[in-house]
Amino acid sequence: MLHIHCPHCGELRSEEEFHAAGQAHIPRPLDPDSCTDVEWGDYMFFRDNPRGIHHELWVHATGCRRYFNVTRNTETYEILETYKIGEQPQVTGKPVVVAKAIEGETV
Amino acid sequence: MQRYSGFGLLKHSLSHHENWQRMWRTPTPKPVYDVIVVGGGGHGLATAYYLAKEHGVKNVAVIEKGWLGGGNTARNTTIVRSNYLWDESAHLYEHAMKLWEGLSQDLNYNVMFSQRGVYNLCHTLQDMREAERRVSANRLNGVDGELLDTKQVAEEIPYLDCSKNTRYPIMGATVQRRGGVARHDAVAWGFARAADALGVDLIQNTEVIGFRKENGAVIGVETNKGFIGAKRVGVVTAGNSGHMAKLAGFRLPLESHPLQALVSEPLKPVIDSVIMSNAVHGYISQSDKGDLVIGAGIDSWVGYGQRGSYPVIEHTLQAIVEMFPILSRVRMNRQWGGIVDTTPDACPIISKTPVKNLFFNCGWGTGGFKATPGSGNVFAATLAKGEMHPLAAPFSIDRFYTGALIDEHGAAAVAH
Repeated sequence: MLHIHCPHCGELRSEEEFHAAGQAHIPRPLDPDSCTDVEWGDYMFFRDNPRGIHHELWVHATGCRRYFNVTRNTETYEILETYKIGEQPQVTGKPVVVAKAIEGETV
Repeated sequence: MQRYSGFGLLKHSLSHHENWQRMWRTPTPKPVYDVIVVGGGGHGLATAYYLAKEHGVKNVAVIEKGWLGGGNTARNTTIVRSNYLWDESAHLYEHAMKLWEGLSQDLNYNVMFSQRGVYNLCHTLQDMREAERRVSANRLNGVDGELLDTKQVAEEIPYLDCSKNTRYPIMGATVQRRGGVARHDAVAWGFARAADALGVDLIQNTEVIGFRKENGAVIGVETNKGFIGAKRVGVVTAGNSGHMAKLAGFRLPLESHPLQALVSEPLKPVIDSVIMSNAVHGYISQSDKGDLVIGAGIDSWVGYGQRGSYPVIEHTLQAIVEMFPILSRVRMNRQWGGIVDTTPDACPIISKTPVKNLFFNCGWGTGGFKATPGSGNVFAATLAKGEMHPLAAPFSIDRFYTGALIDEHGAAAVAH
């Protein structure tokens, strides 16, 4: 079982309290009306699915119910860091393209 | 290939079964093949078999990084059914079902296909409505299906708790009587043996580490044992498909998750069908050896480690005990995980790719075993002609851009 440090609660808690919510740092399109089908498809459905370092969004569902980010190794399942929404990961291993936050909005 | 028969069994018994022919060769790779299939699981081996058998393409290699059928083919819970909701998927899975029905004879290998019936339990009014809709849709597509009420369910599955005292009382069920189970290892070995007999090279312990391209078309694969040329390449690598796509230079709408299953100690016969419940989220059958084969849901996070988390196992067993209180003290024997490649619409991707002559067959997610012969059959036709087989055409990657998704989250049922 994973033990996850919730950056909001400041505690190490068991996996059962959390839900994984998929890849982190996906920016919403700035101008949705001008997006092509390909851009919308990419935004909606295409996700990084790396073997190795992965930045993902988790929610502390039965705790503080707030979202945060986790950097985790998908092969060893080791959790390398957890950090709040809006912050950037410290551990990136190989170069990972982390999308930029949209102006006035955090991802 | 030495054909298997009752007489052969008798003959070999005279020499203490010491002189059986090896099931397949261990060939040295040729410099170039007409078709290379990457991935030696059930789907990949079936693809190679049908390429050689139905399309006369015999200069084929299957490249497997481990051993044949050692991934998800050996890790699933062996359930076969075809009662999917939408036309596209019902046609594809029913195509597979028809091939299952003659598979042991076709391969001259007993895959132990047993049509013992697959029940999907309903615990809510919404479940019942959905079940009725699905059975009706199935029948219109020529797929058998029946809707049962609680009394019928209780009669057909004696140890199932159909009382009103459960947390989620059973209101009815659908049953596909042509559904059932098959022995998964035998499916891989049967396809491998039959493909090898037709001249297909099965190359094990060889990992594909890249694709060589020329003018936007694939011309072969780089492996840890050197380059092997190919006119066309089909990738059938289940949980590792996202990684293979990355090597080929594009992305797929896939996420790879661990999916767990477990078996109990062997018991006397107690469950003679396959019982699945979406609502309490578990499913169970009993193997010929006597162990209960129990399936769990996927872990919600992406993982490649072929193992999952304990809470998932606990939730699954809670569901099983809810359905079958009689099993509450059965001890579990083994537990394992496989890596399944899930798509946003719970339907596979059988498709051309941005790289010419490179095709992918992936995204079968939690339920690919049931489609093994059908998937191989349509993918072989696709690789032989370079054009999508009509049954495979709706499953192109393009659907994630056009919006023509085939939402089978309902019929895909519990992950299995």
